[in-house]
Amino acid sequence: MLRYIIHRILIMIPTLVAISIVIFTIINLPPGNYFTTYIAELEGSGQKADLAKIEFLEKEYGFDRPRWQQYLYWVGGLLHGDLGYSFSYDLPVNKVVGDRLLLTAVVSITTIIFTYVVAFPIGIYSATHQYSISDHLLTLLGFLGLATPSFLLALVLLYFANVYFGISIGGLMDPKYLDQPWSWGKVLSLMAHIWIPVIVIGSAGTAAMIRRLRANLLDELQKQYVVTARAKGLHPLRALFKYPLRMALNPFISDIGSLLPQVISGAAIVSVVMSLPTTGPMLLSALRSQDMYLAGSFLMFMSFLTVIGVFVSDLALALLDPRIRLQAGRRQ
Amino acid sequence: MSDLTFVPGPEHSPAGDLAEPVPLPHYVSRAPYDPYAVERMTAAQERFYVASQWRMVWWKLCRHRVAVASGAILLAMYIGITICEFLAPYGMDTRNTDFIYAPPQPVHIFSHGHLVAPYVLGFDYRLDMKRLERIYTPDPEKRQPIRFFCRGDEYKFWGLFPGNLHLACPAHGGQLFLLGTDRLGRDLMSRMIYGARVSLTVGLVGVAVSLTLGIVIGGIAGYYGGWTDILIQRAMEVIQSFPHLPLWMALSAILPVSWSPLFVYFGITLILGMIDWTHLARAVRSKLLALREEDFCTAAVLMGARPVRIIGRHLLPSFSSHLIASATLMVPGMILGETALSFLGLGVRPPMTSWGVLLSDAQNINVVALYPWLMAPVATVIVAVLAFNFFGDGLRDAADPYH
Repeated sequence: MLRYIIHRILIMIPTLVAISIVIFTIINLPPGNYFTTYIAELEGSGQKADLAKIEFLEKEYGFDRPRWQQYLYWVGGLLHGDLGYSFSYDLPVNKVVGDRLLLTAVVSITTIIFTYVVAFPIGIYSATHQYSISDHLLTLLGFLGLATPSFLLALVLLYFANVYFGISIGGLMDPKYLDQPWSWGKVLSLMAHIWIPVIVIGSAGTAAMIRRLRANLLDELQKQYVVTARAKGLHPLRALFKYPLRMALNPFISDIGSLLPQVISGAAIVSVVMSLPTTGPMLLSALRSQDMYLAGSFLMFMSFLTVIGVFVSDLALALLDPRIRLQAGRRQ
Repeated sequence: MSDLTFVPGPEHSPAGDLAEPVPLPHYVSRAPYDPYAVERMTAAQERFYVASQWRMVWWKLCRHRVAVASGAILLAMYIGITICEFLAPYGMDTRNTDFIYAPPQPVHIFSHGHLVAPYVLGFDYRLDMKRLERIYTPDPEKRQPIRFFCRGDEYKFWGLFPGNLHLACPAHGGQLFLLGTDRLGRDLMSRMIYGARVSLTVGLVGVAVSLTLGIVIGGIAGYYGGWTDILIQRAMEVIQSFPHLPLWMALSAILPVSWSPLFVYFGITLILGMIDWTHLARAVRSKLLALREEDFCTAAVLMGARPVRIIGRHLLPSFSSHLIASATLMVPGMILGETALSFLGLGVRPPMTSWGVLLSDAQNINVVALYPWLMAPVATVIVAVLAFNFFGDGLRDAADPYH
């Protein structure tokens, strides 16, 4: 098992390096940099830019040096936990994003928990009541969840939440708690607001997971050993939970890996619509204004979360399923 | 007597007289005995037996009623986008400045309890000066019968041939806003019909891109194995670790502002297709890994066929139906992706129109409260996505020989 973990960690390193190279390349693809856009914008509105300061910043962050040196500088900073400097906010990226990264993680993790809590019972119910009316209804609902663009669902839910529950529109907490230190009231306000983004972001993933669990469990329930268990008079619940469910769970866990990028993507767009103080809106504006350290560090953080998610799901799978563990051991 | 055809009855008569058979107490067929009779098939069985793989897939698909219905809807949609100039009652950019944010006009076919030609009711317009709100009230006196196959707004069919024939037009001097108008007074219904052209083709072109990439790269990985395989797999893992939407956002932010809308459109489809190919490549790879051990593949290698021919001619056709089904299931993701990007203003740019561009007008919560009809394009998005999902599911079941 230890060998397996080490093996997986060793694979993660080149993956992260490759990801950072790709992100750096993408960020630097558009012609010019933040300063050229900035100067052009200021000149467009008839103002004069503070050229001395820009020159200083350009030198400080090595815009005059070759690309590979800039890359090394950025990655070196990342390793120290220094995410670089946001030019549009005129602050270190760490200061700009600190709370946002935390909130992004909170929203993502809550969404994943929501997905599991909802998908699990519904999936089991659909599979054990195949082709019943409630199964058809749930399937239809799941398909609708897959097909509705999340941002619109967000708008509609926001509207109704405001009309019927009086929850303030947009944001993750009541406006009065903004920029306040964390307190009990702030947490409660967060809880009251977080459910809309969680439902909206989680709907597509939940629907997909219900469908997959249902299909897997159905496959498993048709097997001989289940028939035998039933025939010898095992309690139906035990005949469901003891083995078939465990077998059907594998994809459930390996899904964490694919669920995380999906949740983060969903969070990015939904938070733009709902003006959540998470990373989405900031990433959008950073990409537009070519604020390269901000955008790059964001993307890097999101990809890092994903890689970690895949790693965790692989570990959980190996813990749960001896076949995977043994196979991995043999390969080395 | 013949030994080969055993005809019971006459032979058993003691006289051996063939001309006058002695009638037996039970029925005996006089037809010559055919030892292969058991294996002979009826015409229907025969048809089934010699049917090609594609024909079997087609038959199975036809049994799947939801899939057939979805396929029909998709077919209708795709036929629709070839003639959207004709279907739309107004031009794409026709502005009705007197009718800004006009609500939808329902079609009436009953008047005073009688069935009449379909008509809509004209508006009485009033500006509420207190709330600065435009108030449109349907006026029962203003009956405006809809004209069919009529001359209306000028257009250029496919941007080439001028014309002005429409399926339905407003009455002379009247309006026909079946789904209301937007902030510039443009008919939403017409714009949705035009937007379908972009939204529905983005998925197809994107899937074509990822299908090509997936087959070529997955094929190389699966056929050669070894180091090539390991390298390609690692690369695919890297691509899969990116959250899709932020990467799409980053890539489409690269597209230069100076590009023409058509270029941007192709850029977006490329971007959508470039990320999603990894799933297909994985499927191709694992299938190829299994198939290349088969005897027919070894035979082809021994006959000196080149890898390209072996992959393209012998291996890919073995699971092409499965591939097409997976590709169909990828289209909805791309349609939703385009919608999301355009909604954020990073996708297709006006003056080109897509469902996402139309929905970006509904970005504001005021819209939900005041002009809910602007969210209508979401209905077509849902229908298209659902239809593709059901059709792809049916196709996948039909393509599975063990199902």
